[in-house]
Amino acid sequence: MDFTQLRNIISRYCVGEEIWVDSRTVYIGHKEPPPGAEAYIPQRYPDNRIVSSKYTFWNFIPKNLFEQFRRIANFYFLVIFLVQLIIDTPTSPVTSGLPLFFVITVTAIKQGYEDWLRHKADCSINECPVDVVQQGKVVRTQSHKLRVGDIVVVREDETFPCDLILLSSSRHDGTCYVTTTSLDGESSHKTYYAVQDTLAFRTEQEVDSLHATIECEQPQPDLYKFVGRINIYKDKEEPVARPLGAENLLLRGATLKNTQHIYAVAVYTGMETKMALNYQSKSQKRSAVEKSMNAFLIVYLFILISKAVINTVLKYAWQWSPDRDEPWYNHRTENERQRHVVIRAFTDFLAFMVLFNYIIPVSMYVTVEMQKFLGSYFITWDEEMFDEELGEGAQVNTSDLNEELGQVEYVFTDKTGTLTENNMEFIECCVDGNVYIPHAICNGQILSAASSIDMIDSSPGGYRREHEDLFFRALCLCHTVQVKEEETVESIKRGIHQGKPTSFYISSSPDEVALVEGMKRLGYTYLRLKDNYMEILNKDDEIERFELLHVLNFDSVRRRMSVIVKSSSGEYLLFCKGADSSIFPRVVSGKVEQVKARVELNAVEGLRTLCVAYRKLSESDYQEACHHLNEAKLALQDREQRLAQAYDIIERDFVLLGATAVEDRLQEKAADTIESLHKAGMKVWVLTGDKMETAAATCYASKLFRRSTQILELTKKRTEEQSLHDVLFELNRTVIRQRSMSGLSVDCLDFGLIIDGATLSAVLKANQEGAGSGNYREIFLDICRNCSAVLCCRMAPLQKAQIVKLIKASKEHPITLAIGDGANDVSMILEAHVGIGIMGKEGRQAARNSDYAIPKFKHLKKMLLIHGHYYYIRIAELVQYFFYKNVCFIFPQFLYQFFCGFSQQPLYDTAYLTLYNISFTSLPILLYSLVEQHVTIETLKRDPSLYRGISKNSLLRWPVFLYWTCLGVFDAVIFFFGAYFLFDNTTFTSNGQLMTTNTQMMFGNWTFGTLVFTVLVFTVTLKLALDTHHWTWINHFVIWGSLLFYVIFSLLWGGIIWPFLNYQRMYYVFMQMLSSGPAWLSIILLITVSLLPDVIKKVLCRAMCPTAIERAQPHLPVKQAPP
Amino acid sequence: MVKQEREIGNRPDNTAFTQQRLPAWQPMLSAGIVIPGFVLIGLAFIGIGVALFVTSRSIQVLEMDYTGVEPTSPCFRCSDPDVKNCVCNLAFNIDTLFKGPVFFYYGLSNYFQNYRKYSVSKDDDQLSGDLDNFESPSDTCSPYETVGSVPIVPCGSIANSMFNDTFKLYQIVNGNEKLVPFDGKGIAWWTDYNVKYRNPSVTPLKNAFNNTVKPISWPKPAYELDTSDAANNGFINQDFLVWMRTAALPDFRKLYRRITEGDYAKGLPAGNYTLKIAYNYPVLSFQGRKMVVFSNVSWMGGKNEFLGIAYLVVGSMCVFMSIVMLIVYAKFKFPEED
Repeated sequence: MDFTQLRNIISRYCVGEEIWVDSRTVYIGHKEPPPGAEAYIPQRYPDNRIVSSKYTFWNFIPKNLFEQFRRIANFYFLVIFLVQLIIDTPTSPVTSGLPLFFVITVTAIKQGYEDWLRHKADCSINECPVDVVQQGKVVRTQSHKLRVGDIVVVREDETFPCDLILLSSSRHDGTCYVTTTSLDGESSHKTYYAVQDTLAFRTEQEVDSLHATIECEQPQPDLYKFVGRINIYKDKEEPVARPLGAENLLLRGATLKNTQHIYAVAVYTGMETKMALNYQSKSQKRSAVEKSMNAFLIVYLFILISKAVINTVLKYAWQWSPDRDEPWYNHRTENERQRHVVIRAFTDFLAFMVLFNYIIPVSMYVTVEMQKFLGSYFITWDEEMFDEELGEGAQVNTSDLNEELGQVEYVFTDKTGTLTENNMEFIECCVDGNVYIPHAICNGQILSAASSIDMIDSSPGGYRREHEDLFFRALCLCHTVQVKEEETVESIKRGIHQGKPTSFYISSSPDEVALVEGMKRLGYTYLRLKDNYMEILNKDDEIERFELLHVLNFDSVRRRMSVIVKSSSGEYLLFCKGADSSIFPRVVSGKVEQVKARVELNAVEGLRTLCVAYRKLSESDYQEACHHLNEAKLALQDREQRLAQAYDIIERDFVLLGATAVEDRLQEKAADTIESLHKAGMKVWVLTGDKMETAAATCYASKLFRRSTQILELTKKRTEEQSLHDVLFELNRTVIRQRSMSGLSVDCLDFGLIIDGATLSAVLKANQEGAGSGNYREIFLDICRNCSAVLCCRMAPLQKAQIVKLIKASKEHPITLAIGDGANDVSMILEAHVGIGIMGKEGRQAARNSDYAIPKFKHLKKMLLIHGHYYYIRIAELVQYFFYKNVCFIFPQFLYQFFCGFSQQPLYDTAYLTLYNISFTSLPILLYSLVEQHVTIETLKRDPSLYRGISKNSLLRWPVFLYWTCLGVFDAVIFFFGAYFLFDNTTFTSNGQLMTTNTQMMFGNWTFGTLVFTVLVFTVTLKLALDTHHWTWINHFVIWGSLLFYVIFSLLWGGIIWPFLNYQRMYYVFMQMLSSGPAWLSIILLITVSLLPDVIKKVLCRAMCPTAIERAQPHLPVKQAPP
Repeated sequence: MVKQEREIGNRPDNTAFTQQRLPAWQPMLSAGIVIPGFVLIGLAFIGIGVALFVTSRSIQVLEMDYTGVEPTSPCFRCSDPDVKNCVCNLAFNIDTLFKGPVFFYYGLSNYFQNYRKYSVSKDDDQLSGDLDNFESPSDTCSPYETVGSVPIVPCGSIANSMFNDTFKLYQIVNGNEKLVPFDGKGIAWWTDYNVKYRNPSVTPLKNAFNNTVKPISWPKPAYELDTSDAANNGFINQDFLVWMRTAALPDFRKLYRRITEGDYAKGLPAGNYTLKIAYNYPVLSFQGRKMVVFSNVSWMGGKNEFLGIAYLVVGSMCVFMSIVMLIVYAKFKFPEED
């Protein structure tokens, strides 16, 4: 917004120049314009090479490393690693270097592989053959050698190699058909047009003789927007300028259909094509869990630093007496003695940091990422979310937000195509208040459409007759429907009389198809558009031909479309159809009251209504209209605006003909889904561009509003009567009064709010102005908070996003989800925390821009209540457990410092330090976080209110985090002091019968550490086992497997003199420990004691204040405990 | 046709894993399991605890400090660092038979063998008999790496600070001193003695130590540690091995000898004894203490009351908690039963 404003300001100051700043001139066939025209300025454009890869062979290593170390966690570990390399630290650099190397390598391999695939794809695209016209001959070259200005020949079913302007096609009318499936998923054929002056070119020579330049805007990513102008130089005359629009521009990636070949000129190549510009990644969304994780990390970083500081300070306090500082048995080297005390202290601080750095686990990020990536497969694999009709299941576009699906508080949904099928069926039409209902099938017998009309009214009068004719013709002519398979008139006639659907209409708007098909059933068949003549077959099986002069396309602001046609009798007619609100103000005559009544009746029933009007144009009217349109179309700047102005001038003084009603059925199980979402504590808002009555009817049908719901209206109609201020305050009072009352009574009334676009913008605007009339926004939000359902109708696409933003920014910062299927929902999908696209009929734009795409609205239930719920509890446990296990791991090392003179002596061996997070304890939690189901899928489905149990990030709040951390500290204290008391002042010995008879041997410090470590590994693994509610064979395998792995590894690590190590301190330590009875006994004891508090807490909490989730868990019958 | 194929291709696999319907065991920490479980664990722990405690009680330990801090102490004279080759006699008596086999330990306190710089100050390659490391010891040995340019073998702080007090125990039988035979074999780890530490394969062993010096604090070179047994010299000297296994905590004991032979195989009979201590090792400079300990062992090792008590405490806590839980469940009406 600001940017365009800025641009406008700039352009205002440099008038004259600005037109050319943002445009480029393309010389077709690289031919200079004739002298006298503008100067020939050869411009440099990129070649047609598509580069989607990030790296080249040479820059892969440096660039990838740079990218990876930009992540704060990786950078932290790099710093730790470097510190270890530089100064003398307790642990070898391997301990942090190896995990870091592992993580970096795995990531680099993954990214490298992906990039290699991209390189391969790029290569095959860049080297695919393309035919170019050079010197009147077709020359075959490679795609990447294409230049702007080249004339390209494309044949049927070939894909366009770059963005092209159509010059001529093999079809005589200069059109070609194109599908853009790979760009936006729309499978319908779209028609593109050649400019009149060039469409006659048939051969290469003719095309090559063309002398023209194209001026067009600089590349921009909007697929549906293009503004340009072609100047054609003919025989030293003034150049002919023709407008170019999106209908002339063939996009790279689209495919030519039903057309033998075309000639076209390249305007945007390579990375400047619209397809390439659309590759740009969307802004990153971060989940609430990730935010808590980062907060926890900061706490741990703080703990880490304070631990290091405490130990450093204590070390120097303790060493104050010289006999402790340097006893005779442990002299320093000369070097160390000479070092300044400050430097020594700093080195000690760093050494402590290194010793304790494992508290921030290097593997957590990798595990979280793997969990998200692998976990998202369960969504795509889900058979229940597979749609037979589409042949597709759910799609995951980003796996970063899996757990956010379990946190949704607000659901913003589109109506058409999301709640409803977007499968339109023509229900009825009314001409001047007389209703026509097509009954194709009646009592099992096929009746002709005409007879069904007669059943309603069999005596049309002259005036009526005229309007009826016009009405049906209007609907047959005023559309942009294409006929997929053209067929002979005879077969259509036969088809109609046999009641078979014979012809297939395609359009980007399902409403239009429904209307045209409805007309067919009423006896008026649209046949085809041929050479700018639209042919229709009327009730009497006669073909009528109308010359199509102009199409005033539909747009969502005007909410209407028109065509100007010339009938065979030479009359100019303007037909217009559109929303009632955009037609009625422009009507001058016709039976407005009757039509209006019918429209409102239909709207209440949830039907989509359109009004039809016409206007006769005189010759001079037509010329004027032509003038307006052409002028606007030729404009390079602000073309949209000028077109809108022209439309506004032309579309007026209508004669109302009638109205149509089309039904859009609710999607299967939409009501059930909305009910479940309500029960799960989510607030559902419907945002639609539809009119209030229709939308409200849909809301009732989908159980968004129940009969008991008290509807609050905040609409334009009301604000016209009262001031916005009064309405808002009144509503607020109602809500508050009701709330205080419902506090007393048991059955609480719920509210539904209806607001329309105009009022909404008034509410938001009032706030922007600020001080004056109080803060409407807050009051509005307050009202909304008390409403279980809100319906926003008459919304522009941008307003949808504004609403989402408004709620997102409210003081509770709720998690929002937006779901929609059309291009108009993209803005809100991008704005919401989670955006879900429905793979609908209005193309794939929403699905492409969403975070997740599902085939049907009903799948939202499984997505949120089951997948979302699971992902959330899984990742919450993952995060908490990771911190817990690292507290358990590192805190004993911290305690050990008090018993080794703060000398940074590590408690565990290097191998244990390195492998603890990588292999001993990593797999169980990863698998847990993939397959855990604390309650069954059936229970979650049956009882949506369980979703409330995890709302507001409840498993990652500070008290829970504190509990886990305290549990970790407690366990660590048990491990350390348990081992301490066994070693201290006792002859903790092994009787070593395995080794030699009856020897008593002393255990050293490594045995001490190994004992602690063994207890640690078993405790943290068993703690996870206690938390596991769903034991599949996988869980058994990884939990017992990793414990077994630990034992086997330890046996192996201690069982061999490893030749590559310069110390053998672990040699036989583990075996010696296991050969001692007290060691076994103490391991069992310490594990039990560590797990005990958690078990007790769980059991007591379950008994005293069970959560809803705990209640829902299956349980065994309680038996009386033996005394 | 193409569309059909696509559909089949896109259809997700209907397997238990992909549909998250793997058969699973769903245990629940409900009262029915936990309370009996707690009682069982509690009883088992109490049982083990009683056994451990009783065993531990039956173990006899005799512990004597001989640092010589107090003027009345027999070793007070020797504690002066200037006195060399001092021997002091520690007299004690045993009331009842001290059951054998008896283990004899020396103990040090306030001695940080787990100091980081100290505990790495050795060269494992040198100690495994690698002659290259005789010539150039590892840097980790610093500052006990070389004297001038001559390498120290065995190098490093640990070896340098090896405990060098020696003990001889006499029973006073009819006013005469009768030597109690000490068994010094197999007091170190079998693997240390047989695998990890090796003397260089040079005979005589002395030649391997040419061009090296003995550690600064050692009175004798490594190949003369045990003059009575030629096989107990060099790096595989049992006392050396025991010392090289650094202790975990600053107060520690190390095994010195076992009493398993002759008249004393059944234990030390009641009577008066004199321990003759060759007092060499200085500990007063860092407020350390030295002691000797006689102890016998049981199936569970040495005297260790902690473990038994801990088992008893935890066991009773389990039983106690199960009672608490029972009360809680009774009070809260067994929500699971609804």
